[in-house]
Amino acid sequence: MTDREWPLYEVFIRTRGGLSHRHAGSLHAADDQMALDHARDTYTRRSEGVSLWVVRSDRIVASDPAETAAFFEPAEDKIYRHPTFYEIPDGVENL
Amino acid sequence: MYTQGLDQQEKSEPQQKNPETAEQLEAFQARIDLEEKIEAKDWMPEAYRKTLIRQISQHAHSEIIGMQPEGNWLTRAPSLKRKAILLAKIQDEAGHGLYLYSAAETLGVSRDQMVADLLSGKAKYSSIFNYPTLTWADVGAIGWLVDGAAIMNQIPLCRCSYGPYARAMIRVCKEESFHQRQGFEIMLTLCRGSDEQKAMAQDALNRFWWPSLMMFGPNDSESKHSAQSMAWKIKRFSNDELRQKFIDVTVQQAEFLGLKVPDEGLAFDEKSGHYRFSEIDWQEFFDVLAGNGPCNRQRMAKRRKAHEDGAWVREAARAYADKKAAKAA
Repeated sequence: MTDREWPLYEVFIRTRGGLSHRHAGSLHAADDQMALDHARDTYTRRSEGVSLWVVRSDRIVASDPAETAAFFEPAEDKIYRHPTFYEIPDGVENL
Repeated sequence: MYTQGLDQQEKSEPQQKNPETAEQLEAFQARIDLEEKIEAKDWMPEAYRKTLIRQISQHAHSEIIGMQPEGNWLTRAPSLKRKAILLAKIQDEAGHGLYLYSAAETLGVSRDQMVADLLSGKAKYSSIFNYPTLTWADVGAIGWLVDGAAIMNQIPLCRCSYGPYARAMIRVCKEESFHQRQGFEIMLTLCRGSDEQKAMAQDALNRFWWPSLMMFGPNDSESKHSAQSMAWKIKRFSNDELRQKFIDVTVQQAEFLGLKVPDEGLAFDEKSGHYRFSEIDWQEFFDVLAGNGPCNRQRMAKRRKAHEDGAWVREAARAYADKKAAKAA
């Protein structure tokens, strides 16, 4: 039996209802259940969460940092998506 | 700090595959200067990556080895409450090591490689953990002085330029402050106790004071590679600055405890507002770093044995995971 490295998981914690799960770090575990148990023991010793997600790191699809500018470019010139683009005359309320 | 061996460059630095252009290096430095955080997949100079891998992994190893001097007193802590508290502290150290290994891995080094480097003796860890814990008071001294020194170094690291390391340090700092209070509270209880208890506290301070000061690393004048770390905003304050800050706050705490700091040259300098202190015996520091401290061999032997003794657990976990995966397929 080889001492193969356990797969890497990313850990996400929801601090309380109403908030999203946020990335907290990573850990190695042999399987999904162990990943949950380890996430609890490693990342919530101070009652940091009410819910945990663990995801195998190799399942995450990420945007390419080298292509960041080109990838996000389409939104840059659509300034009319921002409310500040619009001039509202004085005297108009609740807009 | 837990990274003080950093100043010694590795003997064989492998050649870079893609030569870095001046433009790339300048663009990177510009990001640093703007206080932008560098994330795992961002472009970075090879030297930045390497120095961080070394620093973060050394920091992680220090946490893991640091469990040993305190583990030594776990079963002999004076009350059930103190046993539970010490256990929580040791568990935190393990957890800190794990946060840091995870942060280091984002830079492209594997967990297996880092563990192998520690077990082979190739990797360094903080010299302070090569000293023995001879009495219960030592557990207090470690919390008060060693964790205190660590906090002094770790708070600026929360703002270091590498995102995953900074975030790990924020997490560590939140947990570390109970460690220092636990240590101080032990010292306070002993100092308010019997004459023998107070003497035991004084003895612990006598043995841990200088090694704690050495945790901050060599004097700035001897610290050849600090300049690059400062330019890249990995290191935010110099060794001497942090050491002086530590002395200034800790001497006052020692006075409150009614203990004497073992330094005849210690004196408050009205003009500067800082404490002057005697020269550190750097020979001891280098001896301990080179592997000749009181407990170096014991610490390594214990870590190796723990790793070997745990092999069956890792194998069983793997076998079970493989079996379940095969069934599901």
